[in-house]
Amino acid sequence: MRWGLVNAVMLIGLVAFPFWALAADEPFMITLATRAVILALAAVGLNIALGWGGLVSLGHAAFFGIGGYAMGILASHAQGYTPLMEWPFLIEGTKSMPVIWLVAVLASALAALGIGMLSLRTTGVYFIMITLAFGQMLYYFAISWTAYGGEDGVSIYVRNGFPGLNTLVPVEFYGLCLGVLLGVLALNAAVIHSPFGLALNAARQSPDRVRTVGLDPRRLQLAAFVLSGAITGLAGALFADLNRFVSPSMLSWQMSGEIMIFVILGGTARLFGPVVGAVVFVALEHSLGGLSEYWHVFLGALLLLIVLFARGGLIGLVAGRGGGS
Amino acid sequence: MTVLAAHGLVKSFGALRASDGVSLDLRAGEIHAVIGPNGAGKSTLIAQLCGSLIPDSGTVEAFGADVTALSVPARARLGLARTFQISALAMEDTVLANALLGALGARGSAWRFFRPVMRDKALRETAEDALERVGLADAATTRTADLSHGQRRQLEVAIALTMAPKAFVMDEPMAGLGAEGSKTLTAFLDGLRAEAPILLVEHDMDAVFALADRISVLVAGRIIATGTTAEIRANTDVRRAYLGEDA
Repeated sequence: MRWGLVNAVMLIGLVAFPFWALAADEPFMITLATRAVILALAAVGLNIALGWGGLVSLGHAAFFGIGGYAMGILASHAQGYTPLMEWPFLIEGTKSMPVIWLVAVLASALAALGIGMLSLRTTGVYFIMITLAFGQMLYYFAISWTAYGGEDGVSIYVRNGFPGLNTLVPVEFYGLCLGVLLGVLALNAAVIHSPFGLALNAARQSPDRVRTVGLDPRRLQLAAFVLSGAITGLAGALFADLNRFVSPSMLSWQMSGEIMIFVILGGTARLFGPVVGAVVFVALEHSLGGLSEYWHVFLGALLLLIVLFARGGLIGLVAGRGGGS
Repeated sequence: MTVLAAHGLVKSFGALRASDGVSLDLRAGEIHAVIGPNGAGKSTLIAQLCGSLIPDSGTVEAFGADVTALSVPARARLGLARTFQISALAMEDTVLANALLGALGARGSAWRFFRPVMRDKALRETAEDALERVGLADAATTRTADLSHGQRRQLEVAIALTMAPKAFVMDEPMAGLGAEGSKTLTAFLDGLRAEAPILLVEHDMDAVFALADRISVLVAGRIIATGTTAEIRANTDVRRAYLGEDA
């Protein structure tokens, strides 16, 4: 009951926020909220691997960055009227978000499949290290990839388009990003209550049990990792579009850490946990960041308190412990 | 008819030969108990039968096929159900969710992403039936971590039941149950053998001698005797080596 209430409050808050911002004549707030919504989406992706799958991935920036570069590469070719490749067949750039999203999702899912297949041979701290290593590999690759700006990254002049919307209007782009987030949350809710979700949950807690009933826990976890990477990749494409810019920093391990902080701050394996985490993070960054350059100190203290005293995250503090999602 | 068999299993850990040429078979309709002192290699034997350990030499046969190279899930899908000595359950989930997992495994696939598992009638019926049979129906919505030790043992058996297996391998299902619990489970297993034969590894001698059609005695990685309860009782080697009596 309380879980439903907390989720409903979050939902209403996210939908009502731009109306408040417009009424209060604070248009910048809408861009800030868009940033929170996109980062929340990235964390929703990680939550599937980390929360339900029990896979502590410190390399999710890889998928975030792949999504970002999918946007940067396709859009920069489109704005320069140069094809991506001409042989053996012609591939042109595009400024259409649906196409970019599709490419971002497919590319990051494919990367997650490869990284997951290798990483899932290990567990525990080795899994953390190997996902981190893959993330760093892509980071250094992007830095040396001069065709797409190397360290400087890729800028685009105009935000990409979505049929029927003017994405240059902040509130319309916010609505689009929120729509994507809510759609993915609905998918997330369906998946965790599905047979797959049940088996994945069990695979985290007792892999031996899952094997003994005839299922392969590693394959379940790999599927979760791919789904997780694909969602974070989609968030990356949106994030790059928000900034009209993509650079290797999207692939950095600090980015992986931030995405993980959103999840842990808000509450792991809670549907709206990552959303709460990302919103609080962006709010703190905005308010405390204005006061002091060293605002991360306060974030660190908050994170410490959460990990020590509220394992269910902020959302668990409000809604209480125990079941529900 | 042989349902499950070990042929000359050898498994060493360093200098220790945990299985030293173990052969035994489980026939349709019977309860075959394996007894032996601690460290005799009972768990190693079970692990090789179920696929979590691969023998250094020897073969495992299940339902007429050589399954030595098959994984744990593959053997489970053939119809081999195992219960654990130390409960292996999804502790944060409900009792029903654990039983549903078994039913899901029996169906052979968890690759359904959208339809809520709780609305899958066939799956729920299988799971609820199994809980009912072991007497856990009232605890279906309880978090598994909140179950008593005895109830966890019951849930172990219930999950095995949901799989409608062709053979059970049970690793000390009576451990820590108490006299009353042991009696209930003994009566239950007595009826269960008609559905599928049971290879029962057990320390509770009352249960073993009440249930077993045949008993194998495992000492230091070797089967020193196999026979009916009466034969085992009368066997002087067994009495000396295991039952601890001067013959």
